[in-house]
Amino acid sequence: MARGKLGTRHGAKTMTIQIRQENLIDGATGPWEVIIGLEVHAQVTSKSKLFSGASTEFGGEPNSHVSLVDAAMPGMLPVINEECVRQAIRTGLGLKAEINLYSVFDRKNYFYPDLPQGYQISQYKYPIVGAGVVTVDMKDGYSVEVGIERVHLEQDAGKSLHDQHAEFSFVDLNRSGVALMEIVSRPDLRSSEEAKAYVTKLRTILRYLGTCDGNMEQGSLRADVNVSVRKLGAPLGTRCEIKNVNSIRFIGQAIDVEARRQIAILEEGGSIDQETRLFDPKSGQTRSMRSKEEAHDYRYFPDPDLLPLELTQGYVDAIAKNLPELPDQKKARFIRDFALSVYDAGVLVADKENADYFETVAKGRDPKLAANWVTGDLFGVLNRLGKGIDESPVRADHLGELIDLISGGVISGRIAKDVFEIMVETGEAPGRIVDERGLKQVTDTGAIEKAVDEVIAANPKQVEQVRLKPQTLGWFVGQVMKATGGKANPAALNAILKERLGLGE
Amino acid sequence: MSDLTPSDLTGLTIAEARDRLRKKEITARELTEAHIAAIEAANDALNAFVVATPDKALDMAKASDARLAKGQGLPLDGLPLGIKDLFCTRDVRTTAGSAILDDFKPVYESTVTQNLWDAGAVMLGKLNMDEFAMGSSNETSHFKPCVNPWRADGSSKPLVPGGSSGGSASAVAARIAMAATASDTGGSIRQPAAFTGTVGIKPTYGRCSRWGIVAFASSLDQAGPITRTVRDAAIMLGQMASHDPKDSTSADRPVPDYEAALGKSVKGLRIGIPKEYRIEGMSAEIEALWQQGIDWFKAAGAEIREISLPHTKYALPAYYIVAPAEASSNLARYDGVRYGLRVNGRDITSMYEETRSEGFGAEVKRRILIGTYVLSAGYYDAYYIKAQKVRTLIRQDFERAYQEVDAILTPATPSPAFGIGEKSGDPIEMYLNDIFTVTVNMAGLPGISVPAGFSKQGLPLGLQLIGRPFDEETVLRAAQVIEDAAGPARRPDAWWLGSTSAADAPKSPKAAKPAKMAKAAAKKSS
Repeated sequence: MARGKLGTRHGAKTMTIQIRQENLIDGATGPWEVIIGLEVHAQVTSKSKLFSGASTEFGGEPNSHVSLVDAAMPGMLPVINEECVRQAIRTGLGLKAEINLYSVFDRKNYFYPDLPQGYQISQYKYPIVGAGVVTVDMKDGYSVEVGIERVHLEQDAGKSLHDQHAEFSFVDLNRSGVALMEIVSRPDLRSSEEAKAYVTKLRTILRYLGTCDGNMEQGSLRADVNVSVRKLGAPLGTRCEIKNVNSIRFIGQAIDVEARRQIAILEEGGSIDQETRLFDPKSGQTRSMRSKEEAHDYRYFPDPDLLPLELTQGYVDAIAKNLPELPDQKKARFIRDFALSVYDAGVLVADKENADYFETVAKGRDPKLAANWVTGDLFGVLNRLGKGIDESPVRADHLGELIDLISGGVISGRIAKDVFEIMVETGEAPGRIVDERGLKQVTDTGAIEKAVDEVIAANPKQVEQVRLKPQTLGWFVGQVMKATGGKANPAALNAILKERLGLGE
Repeated sequence: MSDLTPSDLTGLTIAEARDRLRKKEITARELTEAHIAAIEAANDALNAFVVATPDKALDMAKASDARLAKGQGLPLDGLPLGIKDLFCTRDVRTTAGSAILDDFKPVYESTVTQNLWDAGAVMLGKLNMDEFAMGSSNETSHFKPCVNPWRADGSSKPLVPGGSSGGSASAVAARIAMAATASDTGGSIRQPAAFTGTVGIKPTYGRCSRWGIVAFASSLDQAGPITRTVRDAAIMLGQMASHDPKDSTSADRPVPDYEAALGKSVKGLRIGIPKEYRIEGMSAEIEALWQQGIDWFKAAGAEIREISLPHTKYALPAYYIVAPAEASSNLARYDGVRYGLRVNGRDITSMYEETRSEGFGAEVKRRILIGTYVLSAGYYDAYYIKAQKVRTLIRQDFERAYQEVDAILTPATPSPAFGIGEKSGDPIEMYLNDIFTVTVNMAGLPGISVPAGFSKQGLPLGLQLIGRPFDEETVLRAAQVIEDAAGPARRPDAWWLGSTSAADAPKSPKAAKPAKMAKAAAKKSS
């Protein structure tokens, strides 16, 4: 959430960021640079809420996961959930950030029916996580180092339902008190593509860490997007904050439309009002939610019900020791150990499940072959079926077995494609498919020779032609394959054909 | 059944009653019935109880008697107590003296009261108080002022019992509860104790759990007992205090046996006399009382040392920034959405406005406004932050002092009880009641008010002892010196019974009033 007491402009400490022509927006008066910073709200993966024992499960009956604390009954007190603290530390470590051994919970005061306490417990002056960095690889091959300013823990609010009754609004407190991490980036992003790539990367890191499920449809990840524009070399412009954008696609759309709105105003000689705006996916526009003058005075002060959160370095170190391998590390390892291209490695590690799947397939096998099958054939099928890797009809060990069948010469690469399609349909193991359907490659040279001889004998014209035009050999290959039901070993077939037709190597 | 009259029974201290119950000289039932009858007889005049729970009391007494009969008596078995209405009590209306909680009945029990019930105590009902514990006279209560059982000699003018724990102090002084729970944010235990000739101890911040106590100012609120003797205070505090994982500010340290600390000599104990408490315009009566206390300690072999607490004069103004700031936030939850009073409006904002306008009284509104103001952008540093700095300086004053002394002796209040309506028009004058007590809350220290004498008009006066953090034992031990020297506790004339002398009261016990509650009690227990 925006902190009203901070300045109107993006932070001044921004490091020099190289200007990329492709990121600039052409206006009537020349090119404009877009400056973007994001505040991502990530729901902490934990069984219970930040300050109460109520369940965080999504989708329960309204008001079924509400403790006395969440409902702010008189005399109820918050008690910090240690698991949420650990998750925030893990996240900080994953963002290569400083972990603050001393942090403080503050009350952010405002009235709203779905905010039972009349204040949100958050961290203001002393967040648990300080400065960090996220490296974002762009499609065009460059990468952006996005500075993380801070990560703090805070409570989520409940939900107001305005469509259940003619006169009354209803309140569902299931989410009230669920732990969120607010991850605040520096204004280091220069295009909607970069912003989308940043959120995607952030989500990947959080999923690897297991600290947030990154599920945007369920609201586990939302972003407040700060956008300003300026002429090249000009000082930073006044920013607008677009609140609560809940999909990566919308983040991109909101930035583009907001940047253009601001440019249009400035080019007409107007000025930008600092304000909070909302993105309406239906109209594809942003609209004003409240101006700076209407901004809340949240009257932050340290929550007297909670002691400052004090950690020891040993506590943080123990968590650091048990941190899982993160996407950047995994990518480097895939490039190093599997000799994958930077691109293939990047595609594979973007999703931890994909990476795990690939590793199962690639283990002890030709990594390039494994990468091709996973990123090419498998991802193609999943895309076509609209399924995630966790719902893949082809098991990783089965795909590995398929590669073994190819490498072992049991089936040809071409037959393998057919076997793969059958695997997609039936979910069966490739060995069994090959056995049951008699798809084993014929490596018996006698049988291949016999087939070759028959084809040669039956097609004297083509025999004459191939001697003049050796490139028509493929026609013979096709005929023999047809005769053998595609099972002839292609290498053996080629050799025999060439020998019988008198074509040199 | 014992041969004690109901008046004898209600006149027993906790310690005496406990011992007699254990010896089976009396039963929890007769003790409880005597109190139920006494409440019925006195409450119209005193307005100390805002809810009476005679059926619950008799059920609890019955269970106590069953345990006592088996020789399995718990530490407080069968002892009838009153509970300040700030403590949430399961299924019993809890309002904090405010209209905004309406007929709120918690589905939970505060940790402190649960501790008491677990120790076998009997609940008589809920006690009147200033609204949300904001006040020093019990006049801000939505349920009308509670009346002090004490009256000036020869006068029938109703006096305030002090506040905010006015109902607790009044009930204990009038012998309609053996002891009561209370709470103290700036003096709300000690000031009413001083006004009613009772003992009130505010323990160290964190000693009692705040869980289930309606919050006023979270960093200052602390529960404690009001009793008639120092020993009773020790017994009660020992049962109220506990470490509570549900309160992050609760102290994770064992609760000592406070009663065992009593009776030890104070010889060589160093008592500090802070010169800054000799405020301008202090009455000769209070001055003399303080000197009397010093002399008693000297006589008991304690060493008297003058000390300095240089930031004392900033305590009250700083308190009136910190406490309202926290209160403004703590009271935001009373919005008409989930429980308590709701006054419907055109939209959500007008519902908030209507509900809070109607539900909160003038003093609560004043403090919400002050608190909101001092936390506002642009004022926060000048007020809230500065007040926190003052708080640190006050704490340091005490830390320095405790390098030289073991406890500090001061007056508890600048005056005896005043008349109802006398000060309610002037908030500043009302706030000055807490001048000797707020420093203790700001520093989080234990403080006790002990009856030490009477004013010229025959009204009780108290002295305050302040101790080191978590050194309630020294505070209690020293308090007993004052109690012993001041002589046996006097009982106020039971004027509400229509008699003129306290001595008359015990003589007409059963005839006093054929109370409705007593009848209900008899039916229930038959």
